[in-house]
Amino acid sequence: MQYQSQAVAKPYFIAAIALFVAQVLFGLIMGLQYVVGDFLFPEIPFNVARMVHTNALIVWLLMAFMGASYYLVPEEAETELYSPALATLMFWVFLVAAALTVAGYLLLSYSTLAEITMNKLLPTMGREFLEQPTITKIGIVIVALAFLFNVGMTILRGRKTVINLVLLLGLTGLAVFFLFAFYNPVNLVLDKYFWWWVVHLWVEGVWELILGAILAFVLVKTTGVDREVIEKWLYVIIAMTLITGIVGTGHHYYWIGTPEYWQWWGSIFSAMEPIPFFMMTVFAFNVVNKRRRDHPNKPAMLWALGTAVMAFLGAGVWGFLHTLSPVNYYTHGSQITAAHGHMAFYGAYVMINITIISYAMPLLRGRNAANSAKSQIWEMWSFWLMTISMVFITLFLTGAGILQAYLQRMGENPQPFMVVQEHISLFYWLREIAGVIFLIGLVVYIASFFVGQNDPEATTAN
Amino acid sequence: MAQPFTKIMARNIFYGGTAFFFLLFLALTFDTMGQLPQRDNRAALSGELGPVIAQGKLIWEENNCIGCHTLLGEGAYFAPELGNVYTRYGNSTDAIKGFIASRPAEGIPGRRSMPQFNFSDEELTAIAEFLKYVSEINTANWPPNIQG
Repeated sequence: MQYQSQAVAKPYFIAAIALFVAQVLFGLIMGLQYVVGDFLFPEIPFNVARMVHTNALIVWLLMAFMGASYYLVPEEAETELYSPALATLMFWVFLVAAALTVAGYLLLSYSTLAEITMNKLLPTMGREFLEQPTITKIGIVIVALAFLFNVGMTILRGRKTVINLVLLLGLTGLAVFFLFAFYNPVNLVLDKYFWWWVVHLWVEGVWELILGAILAFVLVKTTGVDREVIEKWLYVIIAMTLITGIVGTGHHYYWIGTPEYWQWWGSIFSAMEPIPFFMMTVFAFNVVNKRRRDHPNKPAMLWALGTAVMAFLGAGVWGFLHTLSPVNYYTHGSQITAAHGHMAFYGAYVMINITIISYAMPLLRGRNAANSAKSQIWEMWSFWLMTISMVFITLFLTGAGILQAYLQRMGENPQPFMVVQEHISLFYWLREIAGVIFLIGLVVYIASFFVGQNDPEATTAN
Repeated sequence: MAQPFTKIMARNIFYGGTAFFFLLFLALTFDTMGQLPQRDNRAALSGELGPVIAQGKLIWEENNCIGCHTLLGEGAYFAPELGNVYTRYGNSTDAIKGFIASRPAEGIPGRRSMPQFNFSDEELTAIAEFLKYVSEINTANWPPNIQG
């Protein structure tokens, strides 16, 4: 750690991991409800578990993005953070807001939560991923603005690197597009049209800039490859991301009442969305192959390469699988979508955040470069357990989705939704088992922070 | 002589490409906004039942229906698609109301069941009218069949 103020990142990372645990536990509850329909009913109905599952994910990814920014921006800018106190204050505001919101989901009925938070004044609740009470959304905007101000001022007075500028662009886009969460007309088509400006332009747009910047930072640090080379790659990757991804939003505009020309625009542009992810894979392996030194933090390298591969598979390949409109006609809103969502979020955003946590945490905890060998072995086990089980979660959901599309939408005698769900329950059971393995991997990951704490640091001795 | 591909060139492709394709996206959005009145069933919203539909959408949102169901294919995949439930239930708002009202409070042993929301008749009407309005949006023939 080169600058004292980078330390504010630590609580962000810890809270992120805690929310990750909550996300996975509620994922397991939902997975079980898929096959044991009355599990925890009516105390925790499926929709409540799902809100906790998805909202915890969103909040922990945002927390980790912020932690990553507070860590890497001062180091890139070669100056202390503009205001560490503001960063710490915003951490607590964000954490308390998130905790209160989740408590509201679990302890109150959703309609009661809507009532006491006065949703009717400015109705924004009850839309997928944007379930948070309006007051929470306003809180998110305040935290985001304070965060942008803090990071922006730091960059302004320090060295302006490409990594910092791309990161700031991504974070600014994140804040700007979130504002569409406040637009909720009665007209459902308009509602859905601009809802995607938050959801798609986040995960298939500006978040990829953040991903690219964090990946570039970790690769600069761990490989010692010339910054010029890495920055050129970064520009090319994010150029392709936005060139394909912005109009690629059209792949959500096939069947929601929008004009049919979107089937062409959406299919063609989103078919090219895997390109930047493939470039990212080539980039990461290229840079690691050309490394000028062997960094002693092996898990960080593993997570970085893992991100590049899994993001390509999850976002690129599994996205392409159902993005062409003639295919999507049958798969839209099926378990295929769920399969893609799981591996894409894990491969791109979960893994990039674990990458930066893996790189930064040893330094934040007072190590020179890396954890002990024992801790690293645990962490690498957790990588394989979580990554392989996520591959299987995705494969089982894909199997379920193919059967669902066939039985419900393509076969001779299309069957009702619930009948089809019974037919494919085997795949849901297998997905749940894979989910338990994922949880074990997560426990091993957390354990890696505690094992071998008193052992000496790992070295690169070959 | 071929010039080497420099960082500055990459940067310019990024800024130029992003600006161009964002403007293209805005232009397509502008055109879409012009076409939506012929497709999105907004006549229903400005008609006699408009306020009822608006109330129905609010109830839909404030009970997080999207947390289990899909609506025009978006939402959760735990319970049936509702964009065409009006037609699936024989073009009957009463059938929709009857189904929602009849859900057992304690669920069904071993099976998925919709919670009992204890809606008033007025609220049930609002939800049903909202779902009827959604079913009349032009969705390019999606879903492929009545099963959703």
